[in-house]
Amino acid sequence: MKKLALFLAFILLFGLFCGCARRGGKDSVTLNVLNWGDYIDEDLLKQFEAETGIYVNYTTMATNEEMLVKLQQPDCIYDICFPSDYIIEKLVADDLLYALNKDNIPNMQHIDGRFLDLSFDPGNEYSVPYMWGTVGILYNTTLVDDPVDSWDILWNEKYSGQILMYDSIRDTMGVALLKLGHSINTREQSDILDAEAALIEQKPLVLAYLGDPIKDRMIAGGGALAIVYSGDAMWCIDENPDLAYAVPATGTNLWFDNIIIPKTSQHTAEAEAFINFLCNPEVAAQNAEYIGYSTPNSAALEIMGEDYIDNPTYNPSQELLDKCDIFHDLGNFINVYNDSWNRVKSFVG
Amino acid sequence: MKRTVFAYPYIVWMLIFILAPMLLIVWYAFSKGGSFTLGNLITAFSDPVYMRVLLRSVWIALKATAICLLLGYPIAYLLSAMKKSTASLLYVLFIVPMWMNFLLRTYAWQVLLDKSGILNTLLAFLHLPAQNMLYTESAIMLGTVYNFLPFMILPIYTVLIKLDASLVEAAHDLGANGIITFFKVILPQSIPGIISGITMVFIPAITTFAISRLLGGGKFMLYGDLIENQFITLGKDAWPVGSALSFILLVLVLASMAVMRQAERNAGEEGGILW
Repeated sequence: MKKLALFLAFILLFGLFCGCARRGGKDSVTLNVLNWGDYIDEDLLKQFEAETGIYVNYTTMATNEEMLVKLQQPDCIYDICFPSDYIIEKLVADDLLYALNKDNIPNMQHIDGRFLDLSFDPGNEYSVPYMWGTVGILYNTTLVDDPVDSWDILWNEKYSGQILMYDSIRDTMGVALLKLGHSINTREQSDILDAEAALIEQKPLVLAYLGDPIKDRMIAGGGALAIVYSGDAMWCIDENPDLAYAVPATGTNLWFDNIIIPKTSQHTAEAEAFINFLCNPEVAAQNAEYIGYSTPNSAALEIMGEDYIDNPTYNPSQELLDKCDIFHDLGNFINVYNDSWNRVKSFVG
Repeated sequence: MKRTVFAYPYIVWMLIFILAPMLLIVWYAFSKGGSFTLGNLITAFSDPVYMRVLLRSVWIALKATAICLLLGYPIAYLLSAMKKSTASLLYVLFIVPMWMNFLLRTYAWQVLLDKSGILNTLLAFLHLPAQNMLYTESAIMLGTVYNFLPFMILPIYTVLIKLDASLVEAAHDLGANGIITFFKVILPQSIPGIISGITMVFIPAITTFAISRLLGGGKFMLYGDLIENQFITLGKDAWPVGSALSFILLVLVLASMAVMRQAERNAGEEGGILW
């Protein structure tokens, strides 16, 4: 009897783990996709499933670092992922990415040449650009009467308790480094300490350090100034016309989110079909219009029309882009950033 | 067939989902590259940032527990003095919010406290200036007290309704007034309820991380936030120190439970067995 009970207990537990069986029968493949929240038009997933018979199991996460931890697991289950530039550099260095077979991704020809062959993945051996943009200041024109043309405005005491900062190490440390005129990829300890001091000085003025909820707070009029990605700015301005987006002319962080296939993937051909699908101009246009982020797909941008092409938030001038920097992986030096960030976050005046 | 047989699934469950993760934490906390080390624990203790955050968490948890006790005891006392039917209705009302996920309840406070939220709309209607209530330390305190107050009320209420009414009558017969009866008869006998209430509020309060993030806006880092940060954003290299931090919290929680149990035993010796 005891043995039977023990046996039943194990069966129950076993069933728990097997409960997540794949949909659609034995032969169909399921792709595990890990993406940022609100970062794909989910109707397109259904369209992809209908067109190819490949199922998509869609999951989301909130930060690049969280994604990195998941991709570093030896038993990583994901087939498609959308990390940013500096994470790709790290993933390539750690040999965690699958080298793409470009013959399976003919739609890559639609990607603007400006966004190919970038420093984090020369020759696009492992990644295809998905979305790109800048980091800038979203402000509420009814609450801010100074010109928003420099990072210093985020340190202006007039806006005390109305400033929202990003709860993300590289982005927020990056803004402080830009304000001080340092490189956002600096490996000088003294630069980092300067940035830390600036952020601690700013902390009493900060309403909160948030992730995605920044968008809701700004739309609801809960803050005067916020650090946001350009794509989020597009979306917020759409929801609340009092908002505006500005990038200081001195330059900012230019970022790319890219589609990759982890080396552990068992379904690389299907994953490549998924990438090819997302690079289809019609699909990319629908997706970019839904998300509001800038697409690197020039054929898609044509379809989207002048409203997008002439919008400086969506499609910033080459002159500005030339002044911008892409994040690089900092190797072990990131620990210096982490320690400084911990001191900023735990500081109470 | 013995009844203990039914415990097997539960035991297997505990081994896999409670014991194994704890052992993993201890393993990570005390190892570096496969060999034993105290380095992670030393880092966790010597870094002034970690210590400051730990002290703040303990302080906030203590304050929240004290507020819960000051609010919860009178509520439990009033409930126990009410007509049975009214009391059970109110009792259910205290429990109903707990059927909802506590994250949802905390999100609801965001909507209430926000600058453009319901409370500020009410203030504006009364021609009072808008208040910055969200993303303050008081908001964290409010969220903690709100979420854990039922855990203080319920055990105290349970003890108070079981209290022998004849003891109170005897005190009155012997000339004690209401106040003296309360402090000499009722309060000492409700100590076991108070102690389990304190335990049930203090432990979740000291380990919380969601409340401080949602209502504190990431400005008031607590120990739970620190640990989450080590695991979620800092990557694998930070796991050993993160585990050491978790281990410290684990020991702290076990120690406070031991203190509470001892206090309960002492109270039991003085006031007789109540349960």
